[in-house]
Amino acid sequence: MHPVIKLVAQRIALGILLLFAASILIFAGTMMLPGDVAQQILGQSATPESLANLRAELGLNDPPVTRYFQWLGGFLQGDLGTALTNGRDIADSVGTRLKNTLFLAFWAAVISVPLAITLGLVAVRYKNRWPDKLISAVTLTTISIPEFMIGYILIFVLAIQLPAWINAAEFLGDPMQQWLLSNFRFSSVALINDSMSLIDKIKSITIPIMVLTLVVLAHMMRMTRAAILNVMQSAYIETAELKGMAMLKIIRKHAFPNAIAPIVNVVMINMAYLVVGVVVVEVVFAYPGMGQYLVDHVSKRDVPVVQACGLIFAAVYIGLNLIADVVSILANPRLRHPK
Amino acid sequence: MKNIPISAMIGLFFTGIYFLAAIFAPLIAPYGMAEVVGDVWEPSSSEHLLGTDSIGRDLLTRLIYGGRTTIFIATAATALSFVTGAVLGFFAAVSGGWVDQVLSRFVDLIMSIPSLIFALVVLSVMPTNMITLIILMGLLDSTRVYRLSRAVAVDITVMDYVEAARLRGEKTAWIIFREILPNALSPLVAEVGLRFIFMVLFISTLSFLGLGVQPPQADWGGIVKENKEGINYGIQAALYPAYAIATLCISINLVADWILNRTTSLKGGRG
Amino acid sequence: MTDTPLLKVRGLKIGATIYPPGERPKDIEIVHGVDFDLAPGKVLGLIGESGAGKSTIGLAAMAYGRGGVELTGGEVHVNGRDILQTGVRDVRRLRGAEVTYVSQSAAASFNPAKKIMEQVIEAAVLQKKFNKSDAEARAVELFRKLGLPDPENIGSRYPHQVSGGQLQRCMTALALCPEPDLVVFDEPTTALDVTTQIDVLAAIKDAIRDTGVAALYITHDLAVVAQVSDHIMVLRMGEMVEYGTVDQIINDPQEDYTKALVSVRSIRHEEKQPGDTPILKVENITARYKGTDFDVLKDISVEMYRGQTLAVVGESGSGKSTLARVITGLLPPSAGQITFDGRTLTPDQPTRPLEDLRELQMIYQMADTAMNPRQTVGTIIGRPLEFYFGLKGAEKQKRIQELLDEIELGDGFQDRYPAELSGGQKQRVCIARALAAKPKMIICDEVTSALDPLVADGILKLLLELQKIEDVAYLFITHDLATVKAIADSIAVMFQGEVVRYGPKSQVLSPPFDDYTDLLLSSVPEMKLGWLEEVLEHRKMESAGN
Repeated sequence: MHPVIKLVAQRIALGILLLFAASILIFAGTMMLPGDVAQQILGQSATPESLANLRAELGLNDPPVTRYFQWLGGFLQGDLGTALTNGRDIADSVGTRLKNTLFLAFWAAVISVPLAITLGLVAVRYKNRWPDKLISAVTLTTISIPEFMIGYILIFVLAIQLPAWINAAEFLGDPMQQWLLSNFRFSSVALINDSMSLIDKIKSITIPIMVLTLVVLAHMMRMTRAAILNVMQSAYIETAELKGMAMLKIIRKHAFPNAIAPIVNVVMINMAYLVVGVVVVEVVFAYPGMGQYLVDHVSKRDVPVVQACGLIFAAVYIGLNLIADVVSILANPRLRHPK
Repeated sequence: MKNIPISAMIGLFFTGIYFLAAIFAPLIAPYGMAEVVGDVWEPSSSEHLLGTDSIGRDLLTRLIYGGRTTIFIATAATALSFVTGAVLGFFAAVSGGWVDQVLSRFVDLIMSIPSLIFALVVLSVMPTNMITLIILMGLLDSTRVYRLSRAVAVDITVMDYVEAARLRGEKTAWIIFREILPNALSPLVAEVGLRFIFMVLFISTLSFLGLGVQPPQADWGGIVKENKEGINYGIQAALYPAYAIATLCISINLVADWILNRTTSLKGGRG
Repeated sequence: MTDTPLLKVRGLKIGATIYPPGERPKDIEIVHGVDFDLAPGKVLGLIGESGAGKSTIGLAAMAYGRGGVELTGGEVHVNGRDILQTGVRDVRRLRGAEVTYVSQSAAASFNPAKKIMEQVIEAAVLQKKFNKSDAEARAVELFRKLGLPDPENIGSRYPHQVSGGQLQRCMTALALCPEPDLVVFDEPTTALDVTTQIDVLAAIKDAIRDTGVAALYITHDLAVVAQVSDHIMVLRMGEMVEYGTVDQIINDPQEDYTKALVSVRSIRHEEKQPGDTPILKVENITARYKGTDFDVLKDISVEMYRGQTLAVVGESGSGKSTLARVITGLLPPSAGQITFDGRTLTPDQPTRPLEDLRELQMIYQMADTAMNPRQTVGTIIGRPLEFYFGLKGAEKQKRIQELLDEIELGDGFQDRYPAELSGGQKQRVCIARALAAKPKMIICDEVTSALDPLVADGILKLLLELQKIEDVAYLFITHDLATVKAIADSIAVMFQGEVVRYGPKSQVLSPPFDDYTDLLLSSVPEMKLGWLEEVLEHRKMESAGN
């Protein structure tokens, strides 16, 4: 068998193993509950009989291992159980919310990935000169502020202050002001539903996209810069330079093929980061996605929902890291063309 | 201590101010932490420099006490994460073999779940108090410290001088404390800064989500949560903690950078 | 046209910005005004120790400064044009067309993601010297000339798919492909094993002769440069020491520094007779690394005597360093046993009694990594005194000073840190640390190979001197036969995990030889003109005779 296929297969097997272990961890994490789930649901006034009935119904009398396998088995068949708080089927609720979350993450990625790579290239091109320093100062600042605060700052500036400024700017003339107000209207909440058109949907999530972009941009750009610099310092770049090749051509022909793998890696790691950023941003903008759903039910101590969401987030995260590793295996010429 | 670059000076100055304010909060805060002293969201005035919050408490006071809570939790969690992570990391690197394998694979597993998600899962069943938060954040983050310390220590253990000490017959304690630790210190010290920043962001996020510090206790994330509605009326109250966090984090970054540069320049140990 | 030199360098000054950690960046001058000419088709050898500025001068012929290096003054004329004054475009047209470059590490200089052929013809096509198919034909021709196996197809491989010696030849083909006027060879054979070096050297020499190209040949090894050059320029710390024909430099050097370089490795050491009982007896040792399925050492048996030196010589991969690991107990063998001073050594180091550890010391190749950068010289040497003998205070200080005197370092070194020492001084401190334990035997693992020749010579002399005083035995592991000749009493030649030849020095180094020892001995460059031709002629006759 070709060594690349073997390595990729090994990595995928490891990913599955990791996911399995993560599911145990998440399940075990929720077993630490000091109280009793049935008691939680029914409250302090519940009679012993009703408690016992509910326990039997929820399978709480089974040993934890049995419950774990029942839970995992159900999960694999798409049965995520029912929420304790409202008795609704979790899979139903998760369906649309997961779609919404991926929608938000997708558009944030579409904006941030090209932007980060471009800025990373600019920083490398002007290494240690002012564009590089400016980029690194700005990114240092955005790294130092939690994402929800970036969210509120943007809401404050774009949704609240901007219309006020436009109204105050009388020199623009009334038609211009009106046009600006209607076209640059940002909403502080991001509500979407299936009946909205794609444009409307994107419009309503403009600020959340900006926040997520800012959050991952800094990391992604810094890592891209480091990855490209690393390649540019290789001896074969010097060889190309000593062949009389122009800088742009060197980057295109010699640096780029070797930079793909590290850059893809950077992108994937940051996509995984984005998935986590989404949780908080959804809460800020009351966006009907997985993150908000999860946070809501954590405070309600609705364990089945938390377990389901936790496992889904972990799966996405592990999956993205898996893709990153597989790409670096595939991009390695030493592995692709063995001796 | 001469020749401190300006950036590090600025960093040290602000970091110092924040920590002093945290320690002496009851002395410098103009009002009581939970004391309602005015109207809802009063604008800034000579009595209330930053105005009042969503239920009429002095915002500056809330910020000072909030900083105290945030910095205390972040410091304690950082300390826990370092003690756990560094001890286990060095131990794994020096022992090697199955000890290293078991520890490292377990850490891989913990890190395969995003720490915020993991924290949320645990917080869904655990009581939300300061002890839980510190232990949870400290242990989750110790995985990163573990990886760094192990990597640094592994790099050092393959050095010939460590082998020379082994061949001399030195005990493990000497090898860890006299050969490895002095050389591992500078990357670890710089990492303390980064982990602390991460802890500040982490606890603020949890509090903002309503799963961290519980009211009436103040902390920076909580202040944002309490005052977020004000944003829609153009009231900046929720934004002040953002400025506080950003200045604190940037200052610590500047100091950490300087320490890293300074200690790596001390190849010989003085300078 | 014979009047116009191809390359004319006048008053070349080169500066660099260094960034001492924790301090402000500093501008320093590394080449202080160098003049020389190179006629078309001639080869000039640039020779000097590390820091002499030889590579920097070589790259200046392409108007290139590596890293923070800047060409700050003087003139560099190539084919009559001052390339330091022309614009970026002209420089680009010069590089890869008129002047090309062969680096020390071909493995790093080839792009791992592209096939060899693509990279070899790239400059020729880019500079419009040839179209693609002509360039490929020329490349195949060069591959053949350079003695590469399967010249038709080797170009379709990736760099990691060919060996180091082959890749170095591909790099030479890359440099020759655009038919340049001048090739800069920057230590092209330094990273190679000695038996590989001779083939690559011969290939380069033939290629230079056949194509009539001029060359700057940069190396630290005078014996190598003597084989390929017409003229030699000796450099030291950015200044020219001496310039002359190869014959004059080798046979009639004028400057003291050149004389020292020429006479390096002239240490003569009388072989001692083996004693009665061996200090170390290695019997039938076989060893392999964990997780591998082949033996790195196969049935090794050697012995050595008190106060004598056994040299273990071999190329990379021969297992010589593994032997040291087995003896020190870092790698327990799978079979065989080791007797030290009459006692059987336990196979793994942690179970050995302190006395065994003390009497068997080790010195490493890289003195840099062998000393804890955060300990002073005093601490480094003092620790064994304290650890083994319990010395403290004034007594310890006195002993440290005695040891420092023995390694010929004066006062004031006690409080210095390793970073404040030169390469030679560092290695001396490591020697003192080993001696502090009052060992009966020291394993020296390539202790001189990271050092410049003159410094290495000093270390070897010191080791011989100390052997007389301390009556200590050395197990000397090296790839360098000149070192072996200089200090060994007995020699073991290792090849692919086996001892292929073993005995007293006089016997091992006298014919009749086995094939490998013959190859190894005859591959070591000698400091005389025509040596390369002699060896190749000799080899050709032998293979014709078979």
